[in-house]
Amino acid sequence: MNGKILEIQNLTVSFDGFKAINNLNFSLDEGELRVVIGPNGAGKTTFMDVITGKTKPTEGEVYFKGRNLRPYAEHEIARMGIGRKFQTPRVYQKLTPRENLTLSCAQNKGVFANLLQAASTAERRTVAGLLETIGLPLKADIPAELLSHGEKQRLEIGMLVAQSPDLLLVDEPVAGLTDEETEKVGDLLLALAKSHSIMVIEHDMEFVRQIANRVTVLHQGSVLCEGTMDEVQSDSRVIEVYLGSDAAESQAA
Amino acid sequence: MPKGTGMTIETVEPGVAGEQLIPRQRRRSLVWEIGGAIGVALLLILVLPFLLTAIGQGVRVNQLGRFLALAIAALGIDLIWGFTGLLSLGHGIFFALGGYAFAMYLQLQLPTGQIPDFFQLYGVSQLPAFWLPFYSLPFTLIAVVAIPAIVAAILGYLVFRNRIRGVYFSILTQAALIVFFNFFNGQQKLINGTNGLKTDTSTLFGLQVSDPKLQSVFYILSVLFLLGGYALCRWLTSGRLGRILVAIRDDEPRMRFSGYNPTGYKVFVFAISAALAGVAGALYTVQSGIITPKAMDVAFSIEIVIWVALGGRATLIGAILGALIVNFARTILSEQFPAFWLFFQGALFLVVVTVLPNGILGWLRTDGMNWVRSLTGRPQLETYPSLETDPEVQYERENLRNSESDR
Repeated sequence: MNGKILEIQNLTVSFDGFKAINNLNFSLDEGELRVVIGPNGAGKTTFMDVITGKTKPTEGEVYFKGRNLRPYAEHEIARMGIGRKFQTPRVYQKLTPRENLTLSCAQNKGVFANLLQAASTAERRTVAGLLETIGLPLKADIPAELLSHGEKQRLEIGMLVAQSPDLLLVDEPVAGLTDEETEKVGDLLLALAKSHSIMVIEHDMEFVRQIANRVTVLHQGSVLCEGTMDEVQSDSRVIEVYLGSDAAESQAA
Repeated sequence: MPKGTGMTIETVEPGVAGEQLIPRQRRRSLVWEIGGAIGVALLLILVLPFLLTAIGQGVRVNQLGRFLALAIAALGIDLIWGFTGLLSLGHGIFFALGGYAFAMYLQLQLPTGQIPDFFQLYGVSQLPAFWLPFYSLPFTLIAVVAIPAIVAAILGYLVFRNRIRGVYFSILTQAALIVFFNFFNGQQKLINGTNGLKTDTSTLFGLQVSDPKLQSVFYILSVLFLLGGYALCRWLTSGRLGRILVAIRDDEPRMRFSGYNPTGYKVFVFAISAALAGVAGALYTVQSGIITPKAMDVAFSIEIVIWVALGGRATLIGAILGALIVNFARTILSEQFPAFWLFFQGALFLVVVTVLPNGILGWLRTDGMNWVRSLTGRPQLETYPSLETDPEVQYERENLRNSESDR
């Protein structure tokens, strides 16, 4: 509680003895936009897997709005209000962007509700609005498999918003995008940050600088340091894990 | 069955999606489809039997009736495999359950106090208790649908809840099939084991089941149930549920993160598909005169899948066409070359896999169209994605002279 939307305590995840996440503590304020960075293998994606329920923690607990997430399955956690965007865009290829969004924003996700009800007018209006926001109104009715990579990225962010979650987990939203597209996605995320709590995993430092005010650095499954972009960039431990110890020494000298 | 009218609504076809057509256009294509389906059904009921009898091929009517019944089972496979991506290799179970349920009712059409003849062979003098409800026609009719559906729902729930998918699911259905086969095959004292249950000498409504009058009723029922099954599957796959099924097929784990629990959906369609197979089994049994554990032969369950693959997955009409084409090819070819049918079937499957991966209907909708176009002298330039269907290109074409085009 007390303004924390996400709290993680002493989290450890081990796969056959290998600790992908090692005694990690983390918390996210309501309405905050946080960027998580870290070298390859730091455990960033596993971290998201644990929050969304795909992987169960070996030790430690994850609290979302004060509720322990351990007993819940992925779809229950999603319904509680955690939305996730994947590293490579995962949209439903054979469905159109409009259908993709309608599916994500449906209020009732049970079998019989979807058997008997058509989309409500409110839902249809939400979807039309979202299509404008993500810039795909003209391609709304062709199969999503024909969209370009950047369009799929935007569509998936749209699907996330359609779920109207309280917390958005966004995994590398600008991987493989042009500079122009990157900036668009950045603006989109900043606009979303006004009404949502967002956690972004990213490698692209330019992009991180564009959107972040607080950055968390993961290394070998634990939090290495946390702070503003400038603080983090001048931290010698961060330089060491990213560039190797030599660089850290020459920086210090 | 309506030729071509369904095409504009399927999700397979790029560029056109049901929901976004102008409502009037959509309603018109729906009217066309319903009209076409009813037209074909009337043709099958009123014209074809007399036509076949007139040209001395009366025996084909019974075959057609049986194959139409099989097409109902093919529809069920298309629903779960074509749309939802569940490849069941065990639908013989549900087919046989439906067939046995109806056959048990027919076996019990005896003067009071008697029990079916075969029991005496094994020294059974009292009717096993589970036969008793099958004295009732309403119970039997419900059982034909409900027993396969319930068995499928239980089996499906256990499998899907544990997130068993893909090839593991297929193997499990096949294993279940073998379990059921061995049970039915071995229990002489309960259901006459390997000899199965005969239905053609029983009486129903004062007529022998093999009587032409009753047979033509079963033929008409096959057509009607096929029509109903088609309408049901079409309804299930065209609305929201259909989109969800396709999404489950394409990326099930992703669905969970969108807040959907795929288990319920999969159990639901698996049960529907089993119920269709049950109806198919009952109608097939009364038209062929016997049901034996052979209906749970591994090969038969795989054949249903072949029919759907040949006709075209996720097209529904393709499943019906595939069932009819393969079965008639089998009958006609085995009459001509009795020893060679299996080779033909193997070759047919190889052709589908290598040349027509989307089946006959899938081919017709893409390459077939282009081929016809090139024959009529209107060849088309192929682009990916097709420029002609790209809405942004069309938008720019329309607005070339419009100052707002560069927005």
